Amino acid sequence: MHKDHNNSSSAPTTPRIRHRRRSNEIPHELTKLNGTHLLINDQDKYKSMWIRAHSSLWMLGGFLFMLYLGHLYIWAAVVVIQIFMARELFNLLRRAHEDRRLPGFRLLNWHFFFTAMLFVYGRIISQRLVNTVTSDKFFYRLVGGIVKYQMVICYFLYIAGFMWFILTLKKKMYKYQFGQYAWTHMILIIVFTQSAFTVANIFEGIFWFLLPASLIAINDVAAYFFGFFFGKTPLIKLSPKKTWEGFIGASVATLISAFVLANIFGHFQWLTCPRKDLSTGWLQCDPGPLFKPEYYSLLGWISYWFPWKEISVLPVQWHALCLGLFASVIAPFGGFFASGFKRAFKIKDFGDSIPGHGGFTDRMDCQMIMAVFAYIYHQSFVSPQDYTVEMVLDQRILSVVCTQILTCVSC
Amino acid sequence: MHKDHNNSSSAPSTPRIRHRRRSNEIPHELNKLNGTHLLINDHDKYKSMWIRAHSSLWMLGGFLFILYLGHLYIWAAVVVIQIFMARELFNLLRRAHEDRRLPGFRLLNWHFFFTAVLFVYGRIISQRLVNTVTSDKFFYRLVSGIVKYQMVICYFLYIAGFMWFILTLKKKMYKYQFGQYAWTHMILIIVFIQSAFTVANIFEGIFWFLLPASLIAINDVAAYFFGFFFGKTPLIKLSPKKTWEGFIGASVTTVISAFVLANLLGHFQWLTCPRKDLSTGWLQCDPGPLFKPVNYSLPGCISDWFPWKEISVLPVQWHALWLGLFASIIAPFGGFFASGFKRAFKIKDFGDSIPGHGGFTDRMDCQMIMAVFAYIYHQSFVFPQDYTVEKVLDQILGSLTLEEQKVLYMKLGKIFQERQLKPR
Repeated sequence: MHKDHNNSSSAPTTPRIRHRRRSNEIPHELTKLNGTHLLINDQDKYKSMWIRAHSSLWMLGGFLFMLYLGHLYIWAAVVVIQIFMARELFNLLRRAHEDRRLPGFRLLNWHFFFTAMLFVYGRIISQRLVNTVTSDKFFYRLVGGIVKYQMVICYFLYIAGFMWFILTLKKKMYKYQFGQYAWTHMILIIVFTQSAFTVANIFEGIFWFLLPASLIAINDVAAYFFGFFFGKTPLIKLSPKKTWEGFIGASVATLISAFVLANIFGHFQWLTCPRKDLSTGWLQCDPGPLFKPEYYSLLGWISYWFPWKEISVLPVQWHALCLGLFASVIAPFGGFFASGFKRAFKIKDFGDSIPGHGGFTDRMDCQMIMAVFAYIYHQSFVSPQDYTVEMVLDQRILSVVCTQILTCVSC
Repeated sequence: MHKDHNNSSSAPSTPRIRHRRRSNEIPHELNKLNGTHLLINDHDKYKSMWIRAHSSLWMLGGFLFILYLGHLYIWAAVVVIQIFMARELFNLLRRAHEDRRLPGFRLLNWHFFFTAVLFVYGRIISQRLVNTVTSDKFFYRLVSGIVKYQMVICYFLYIAGFMWFILTLKKKMYKYQFGQYAWTHMILIIVFIQSAFTVANIFEGIFWFLLPASLIAINDVAAYFFGFFFGKTPLIKLSPKKTWEGFIGASVTTVISAFVLANLLGHFQWLTCPRKDLSTGWLQCDPGPLFKPVNYSLPGCISDWFPWKEISVLPVQWHALWLGLFASIIAPFGGFFASGFKRAFKIKDFGDSIPGHGGFTDRMDCQMIMAVFAYIYHQSFVFPQDYTVEKVLDQILGSLTLEEQKVLYMKLGKIFQERQLKPR
């Protein structure tokens, strides 16, 4: 994610392809000089830092505004970001020459995108959608019907796209078409796995979306600044600008801020309460044992130096430490993967939407791994997994049983 | 799936690559002669038919034997077939030159395969595994622990493979390695989605696995024979040996046999009962309203011609008609996809394991789409009909404590009161 910006003013819609003659020499020089061309020696570093800081502030502002608006709007923002990511990635490996001979092939990608969206979000919000429209009888039946047959609808949409693909196979274009088909599937899997887990996190409580995302951002920024001031030893050949000093410094910073941030966030009910339906109003709930403060009296010599006799720790802060550890040690591999991918296919950035940062995919590469981990961690360690009353009441079985019982009340 | 076999005796582990100079001329000639080189004019047709029939009989015999043994062994057979399919497909796009420079890269594929096995089957059989080991306290805790943390374990195994991949990226090999990584994912997705749905079907009742699989096989065989005797008009450029006559004849045959087979298979409790745990013994259950015969009296004109006054139809036979329709019209597209794929990458067959048929993937390409459809159909249209109040009560009384049952009772009461207040 630390990129030099020689061509800041390219056209926004084309990915910046590295010209084979000029830019390919730059990585060769970098590796030949054995990592002496690190960020600490970059003459343009202040200018690039200013551009990055400027766009970072705008992104942060927009993000905070979304948070204030609530779960439904965050979900909408996630969908919008997805669309941009998918567009960047679809455009990445297309070849204009073949595309001219295949009209309507691009449309197939968006058909699969729409099907994936129905499938993924249908499963996540089905229960909440049903809870929202219980008042209106017509919508209740309509939504209930869609939810019940959601899998069939999505499957037939997919099969329709599959058949369309097969019927439009053209001689001498088979390899390109199959390659594009596989590439489309890979993109949709990457984009939708991440956003499915992100949206699931959001509806469990904005805390479980905000904390992991903040940790990744903090890790990124801290690695940038530690590398800026102290960077000397290169970390990995894939990303020559990353350094061990930046990595370790960022890890420590991330762990500490995980602990602190969890405390700060845990006090707001807006962030910790799960959303059971699709309303946008204020939330009120019993936060649960995780967010109730526990008091630890400090050891004698610490309380001698600091004015506090005891500290209140929310149990969730210990979970946050695990999230912070993951964010600092494992999530950067998402960035390495994206760097390796860009080197493999000789691309400079995934897109040009954000000045100073590249495209949306460049921002999201580490977030993806973190969002999945946060959800899995939450499901396994935070929320209980036993067969509870809630599970019986929430399952699809209940709607079936209720209709049967209610129709039988009169018999 | 109708292939001519010029090289029946190739080595079993290498996919048969079409040599660019020789075999590529054959499809050109086929297209030039405008489909006159159909199966009906093939002189080797009797010899190839004999080889195909021979291996088909062996496969059928093995299949029936596994069915007799039961759910657990069918599942094991599915896993074995999966391993063979994955091996065929992994080997398909490897290039020996690059592989020599990347030691241990093949191992990464099998690591991801193992992770996928844990993930997919863990989810499907977790409840049944818990039901099996309730007797032994130690195993119960062990299994419950594994089931509870199954997602975390699988995720960390995947992340380990991911990190391993990144740390073994070699300069100048990036494109090949990323291509292989993507290809591995595609293979595992294709193979595991199909087998996940197949295994889920099996545990719902062997009927829901046996009927779709049989329909695909019947469709295949019927298309072969109808094309053999009546084939004239080519169906699609991708598979020059398929004909419209074969397609339509096979469709009619499949729909009729769906109706008949469902009746035949529906009388056996071994096939219709779901398996709640991993035991292998005999099954006893209440088959449910779907498998109870409903008697229809035939209208006057038909009962004049036939000796039966009324026929008994299992309600499941109407569902079977839909399965048959899907198997005859849409499932063949799986075969077209595989044919197009083989043309795109200039391969003759996915493998050589089965004489006369090619590899395992060649046999499974239509089954994949059908298995997924059968499961989705079952979940959407059959399951709600089958799930009665008694079954829910069984689950509630079995899994919840007395306190929780009281809470459930009060919550249900509140929900019903609210619903009755609103006009329905």
